[in-house]
Amino acid sequence: MTDTVLGHPDLDRPLAFTQEELGWVPWLAPLTEEELSDHHWEALVDRRRAKSPYFLLLARDPQILHARTGTDNDIFYNADAGLPREERELAAAATSRHNGCVFCASVHARFASHYSKRRDDVQRLLDDGVDAPQDERWRAVIDASVALAETPGALTAEHLDALRTAGLDDLAISDVIHAAAFFNWANRLMLSLGEPTAPAPRADRKEDQ
Amino acid sequence: MSTDIINRLAGIEPGSRIDHLRDRRPAARENAQRSYRALFSPESPGEVAQAERHAVAAFVTGLHQDAVVARFYADRLAELSAELPAAVAREVEAARTTGPYGAYPAGGPLASESVEGLVYRVRDRDTLGDRLSAALEHAHLLVFRPRESSPEALRRLIDAGWTTSGIVTLSQLVAFLSFQVRVIAGLRLLDTIQKGARS
Repeated sequence: MTDTVLGHPDLDRPLAFTQEELGWVPWLAPLTEEELSDHHWEALVDRRRAKSPYFLLLARDPQILHARTGTDNDIFYNADAGLPREERELAAAATSRHNGCVFCASVHARFASHYSKRRDDVQRLLDDGVDAPQDERWRAVIDASVALAETPGALTAEHLDALRTAGLDDLAISDVIHAAAFFNWANRLMLSLGEPTAPAPRADRKEDQ
Repeated sequence: MSTDIINRLAGIEPGSRIDHLRDRRPAARENAQRSYRALFSPESPGEVAQAERHAVAAFVTGLHQDAVVARFYADRLAELSAELPAAVAREVEAARTTGPYGAYPAGGPLASESVEGLVYRVRDRDTLGDRLSAALEHAHLLVFRPRESSPEALRRLIDAGWTTSGIVTLSQLVAFLSFQVRVIAGLRLLDTIQKGARS
């Protein structure tokens, strides 16, 4: 019987947005590695994802997982011009901050920091929210992402003008739209199928090594 | 090759600048289309019926208030069901609000950012049935207050007859539409500005 909801009563839950590495536990039973058919393996795309309860849960519908992964990878990793990776990650982090996805925000804030070397600016987004002060270019990326995350949508020509004024060409603007839009997909899966766990205390992590 | 659904609903002409722009991210483009097909004309229907998929889509896109996208999914639903289109349209009218909103854990540092809002329960449970009613209520949660998701919300789906795999498909459906409607809105706006710049 797989159709039960998994509770985690004693979970150590993160209460604030963070750039730390969080864990994630599912509320529904993922497939086990033994249950994976060739079709499932193909859907996972990257074999390392078979270690992730999130992807093993999504593998229950392999056709959409496979297509979703293809969309995700091209939006974030296609390095042929357009928006620099750091700002694709910023759009993902801002969207996640606005929707309230602590897990997604942690991953993509960390990537935004890594690629931009602007950890303090990223941390301010997490600590003080999407309205916290940023430079003009990041302001434009964050504002467009947040407007796009609203339901109904609130993206206007002024948001796109601000991106263009900040130096983005049409391909880069299209990348903002795709990166932000994609995280409205990702946030809703991560938030609704499970929950994040706080990082292990640093002392424990040292013992693990 | 089937019609590119994002181009169609965003009003992007083949060969236009936005069409070429999309070709710069070919796998994103192709897989957005494959995602649409995987959810709305899957190789096997699995545990979620075609009418259920399209009823949820008509509801979700109705909540987003994009007239073109909402009309598209409402029309598809009308091809599959006689009584569901009107019932879903009535639910959309009653369920529309603005988001995202929702509570953060009480007592935590984010509690001051909690925003209260509508917790939707369907009106016409008799027409929709328990299973689809539960799906629409869950879809409303995911559209407007995803940060209030909980194991209890999933338990309500299971109590209404949803299996684990069915819930994964339903979640992907709602989450994918949240992406699709935003790409369409964003590219349509970019296209409109481009056309304005040329004229």
